[in-house]
Amino acid sequence: MLTIEDVTVRFELRDSPPVTALDRVSLTVEDRQFSVIVGPSGCGKSTLLRMVAGLQIETEGRVMLDGAVIQGPSADRGMVFQSYTLFPWLTVQRNVEFGPGLKGVPRAEQARISSDLMEQVGLTGFEHAYPEQLSGGMRQRVALARALANDPKVLLMDEPFGALDSQTRQLMQELLLQVWERDHKTVLFITHDIEEAIFLADVVHVMTARPGRIKRSLDIGIPRPRDADTLTSEEFNGYKREIMALMREESVRAALG
Amino acid sequence: MNIRSVFSPKVEIPPSLKGALGAGTVLALVGLWCILTYGGITAPDFLAAPHEIAVAGWERILNASLFGHIGSSLVVILSGFAMASVLAVPIGILTGSFGVVAAVVEPIAGFMRYIPVSALIPLLILWIGIDIEQKISVIFLGTFFQQLILFADVSARVSKDLIDCSYTLGASRRQVVWRVLLPACMPGVMDNLRVTMGWAWTYLVVAEIVAANSGLGYMILNAMRGLSTDVILLGVFTIGLLGLATDMMFKALRRRLLPWSATF
Repeated sequence: MLTIEDVTVRFELRDSPPVTALDRVSLTVEDRQFSVIVGPSGCGKSTLLRMVAGLQIETEGRVMLDGAVIQGPSADRGMVFQSYTLFPWLTVQRNVEFGPGLKGVPRAEQARISSDLMEQVGLTGFEHAYPEQLSGGMRQRVALARALANDPKVLLMDEPFGALDSQTRQLMQELLLQVWERDHKTVLFITHDIEEAIFLADVVHVMTARPGRIKRSLDIGIPRPRDADTLTSEEFNGYKREIMALMREESVRAALG
Repeated sequence: MNIRSVFSPKVEIPPSLKGALGAGTVLALVGLWCILTYGGITAPDFLAAPHEIAVAGWERILNASLFGHIGSSLVVILSGFAMASVLAVPIGILTGSFGVVAAVVEPIAGFMRYIPVSALIPLLILWIGIDIEQKISVIFLGTFFQQLILFADVSARVSKDLIDCSYTLGASRRQVVWRVLLPACMPGVMDNLRVTMGWAWTYLVVAEIVAANSGLGYMILNAMRGLSTDVILLGVFTIGLLGLATDMMFKALRRRLLPWSATF
């Protein structure tokens, strides 16, 4: 279980008062739960995720995974970034095997892990391609496979499909759910896209504009497995209306400063 | 208005036109050279005619003295360049990514890169003498500080997300440096090695100004005393061709060593 307790983050700035990015945020992500944080740009949602990854330090409060305070990055919290972060000098297969390789997993076992994951993300046949030769969507599928190769306790995703065109994004969301349905890994996913949040999530946490707080947490009761038809269902639209109303208040507040 | 015209910016021109224009430039220059020399417009001790350079070159190939000069110049250039690179690659990469190293290195490098190497020659003679070590030092000093700045910049441009991502995959700080930062710098390092190799050639004559008795720079300087413009131009062309050859070597090497960065 991932627990975020009363976390505040303040950035000290030169020549101006400190900015509070996150203000006493508390959040719990249950094991095997797909949680999505949705919020306007600049609300500090990425900061929150980076803190869980151990890449950023909180000013106050604490973040815990299974009762242990997070003090730095580790392979038990894999992350997929919005920017393309594949290692361009490694083939797709060696990218996926990067984490297990660091841990000293035997070569044969690494190959088994990567070929299984490559199949899950639909990239069998591209093992020996270099990232440069792949499309944006394919790169993010490799990034997903690479993060999963470590079998992390929590998978963190920071707007991973944000740079993709909308058709590809929809396909990637469906693929992510297919992969997730296999073992229901604990996921914390960040997005500003309301439809993406509802489509993927067990729970959607709506954040306020700066300083970021959790405004409301909603359980998404849409049955799984979900597919493209889910997007046009009555239930889906109900959630969408509710979250849009919450977000709208925040966007207006953010725009007016 | 035709924005696809060859006179519009950023428009690709057909390869045939590109080839023709390139050949035309060379031919025009050689033509002008022929007119000036064979037409008797310039004196032979001002500008040698093309065939005189060919003759001078052929003589020096037959008695092998040209190869002797090329050999000693290559030893100077390659030793100076290799020593500079071996030091500048690691120090530059650390400078670009570690604030502590940058704080130490940048004041020195930032100052030294503006000092013309020729201004240091008197000191080099006092400190190192007039043998080959002095010549190698000239190439070293001319290249090292420039390389340092370039490699630091390459290293500073490595994406922070790439580093952060490696941490979340379980990499230690040491692994991040060796397995991520270093390979990520390699294309930029190779490109800048190629560029600075070109600069190293431009220091050759400066390096061979003092007490040299062989080398292309020496050959050129020596020929000036006898007003032998044919030998001077022979030296100039040889340096140009050797520079071009090392450049092509670096290109081939990059393609071979870094096949994954296909931007060429």
